[in-house]
Amino acid sequence: MKRKLEISELVFKIISYTLLTVFALSCLYPFVYAVSASISGRQAVEYGSIVLFPKEVQFDAFARMFGDNMFWNAYSNTLFLTLYGTLWSMLTAILGAYALSKKRLLFRKFFNFFLVFTMWFPAGIVPQYLNYLATKDVFNAVGIMDDKWLVVIAMGMAAMNIILLRNAFEGVPSEIEEAAIVDGASEFQVLSQVYIPMSKSTIATVALFFAISRWNGYFWARQMLSNSNEHPLQVFIRLRLEQYTDPETMAGWNEAFASDSVIYALIVCSIVPILIIYPFIQKYFAKGVNVGGVKE
Amino acid sequence: MKVRAADFLEYDKEHGSYRISPEQAVRDDVEKHYWRRVGLTIAKDWRLYVMLIPMLLVFLFWRYFPMYELLGCFKVSDNVVPVSQQLFSGFSYFKRLLIGGDGLSIEFWRALRNTFILSFYGLCFGFPIPIILALFFNEIRSNAARSVYQVLTYLPKFMSTVVMTSLVTMLVKQGSLTTGMGIVSQFLSNIGFVSPEVANAGLLNIPSFFRSIYQISGIWESAGYDSIVFFAAIIAISPTSYEAAQIDGADKWAQMRYVVLPSILSTIVIMLITRIGSLLNIGYEKVLLLYNPNTYVTADVVSTFANRNGIGIGAGVGIAAAAEMMNNVIGMLLVIGANTIARKASDTSLY
Repeated sequence: MKRKLEISELVFKIISYTLLTVFALSCLYPFVYAVSASISGRQAVEYGSIVLFPKEVQFDAFARMFGDNMFWNAYSNTLFLTLYGTLWSMLTAILGAYALSKKRLLFRKFFNFFLVFTMWFPAGIVPQYLNYLATKDVFNAVGIMDDKWLVVIAMGMAAMNIILLRNAFEGVPSEIEEAAIVDGASEFQVLSQVYIPMSKSTIATVALFFAISRWNGYFWARQMLSNSNEHPLQVFIRLRLEQYTDPETMAGWNEAFASDSVIYALIVCSIVPILIIYPFIQKYFAKGVNVGGVKE
Repeated sequence: MKVRAADFLEYDKEHGSYRISPEQAVRDDVEKHYWRRVGLTIAKDWRLYVMLIPMLLVFLFWRYFPMYELLGCFKVSDNVVPVSQQLFSGFSYFKRLLIGGDGLSIEFWRALRNTFILSFYGLCFGFPIPIILALFFNEIRSNAARSVYQVLTYLPKFMSTVVMTSLVTMLVKQGSLTTGMGIVSQFLSNIGFVSPEVANAGLLNIPSFFRSIYQISGIWESAGYDSIVFFAAIIAISPTSYEAAQIDGADKWAQMRYVVLPSILSTIVIMLITRIGSLLNIGYEKVLLLYNPNTYVTADVVSTFANRNGIGIGAGVGIAAAAEMMNNVIGMLLVIGANTIARKASDTSLY
């Protein structure tokens, strides 16, 4: 009996380690390959002789990209959209979720349904597009907004994130709020001094979700920002990919490095910042909300 | 509920007739002043309602107004006139899409079928693999080693869709006279999985490869990240459960079957509901970035079909709206259906 257990455990262990190793390596490999291909010479890239390590190392592809003003422009546009977009989304989401978390709110069920219904029944791309065009006209008529601000305000609102925040706020013990009210705190003070500090980790997680969706946003940014000066990084990468993989445009390519190297360099440059931030944000994905502070 | 006269009337002995009872008079009074009380409650707590306004406005403007635009599927449109000024034309667009018999209708049915196939394959392969991964992670006893494995498998999740699809495009790109094909195509043709001619034509240009590329890149991208939630459920299982099972003579497989699986079942059900709920909202962005006219046969889904016809040069906004309307209605039925089944079967439901 004991033997059977040991054997089955061993077999399972071997299988897990083998398959995990294969999967983990296959996750890592494309990145290593992208780095190698971005710094290899033209011959090596074009004949596909790179397997893992770079050959005929050059940094001209990176130099070419860093010398491109449009690249820096795209990066700063992405930072703009991510920063202001996350701030705006968090502002509306925190205020709304706080109000929704209060049992004394009238029509609470209706407001909740108002949110959840948008998850069940998203209108779809084309109606959304028409609606953006209509709101764009309205915004332009008022004359206070350009397209960038419309993207900031109109996009990236997710009902799921608001519900996450609402649940975190509902988990804050009412005793603490009552104590704050006895001490003379106003509604906004209760929110900023009690609720926000007590649900810090959920707020960080939701802010991260918003920031990621802004950073990654492609389709609507491409549809809504017609001016190429306003394109964020994702749109820039895609347009370059379309341009550089088109054989006709690339026929006259006579640089010392392959055109593919530029694409790989772009890919590397868009991943590296995230890898740098990753260790700092990683814990907010795994960690749950820490509820505590009240002793009955 | 049956309403009886005694509930709201009482006998007046002096006049020998019935009159409205005092309880009912109070209820009537409450009824009469309902909106007044609502107003007073809101006035007392006005700050709370002010806080709600920005969120409601954003949702109204950019989530509910598009639903109004969606009504264009019932109307005659020529891309210029606003929906409010168009005439109701009944179900002509739906008829044209469903039983039109022309190229457009054939294309729509193809898109609908592709949507179902892509999402069904995603459910079959994309859903169990994170659970299996979580089981594997649980086998690694050393925390440091496990962190390394986990970080490596989360890695692809931190790329955007654009970067991921760019990488995929480059890895399986076509070869030409002067340049070789992508490294993955090379590998596949070297091991004899695909013929060199096919690999050289570019796997993304061949319809029969689109679904595999879509699913494999999807698993590659998110299996590691999706396993977090299952792994959290598995490590929450008390070690005593395993010990008890071992004493009863359970080997590894029996422990999986009778200890681990029941403990994470509710997590699995919730994730499955979420998954089925978004079954038809498959990543149109990813399809849009990976497909090309050569692979429409297997790659075109309803969202991209609508996108081509509504935004690009195509059959028009009305057709696109009708296609998306059908997609949305089926999607909503799926969510509600999955939720109802889950609630009946296991007392776990999402909404």
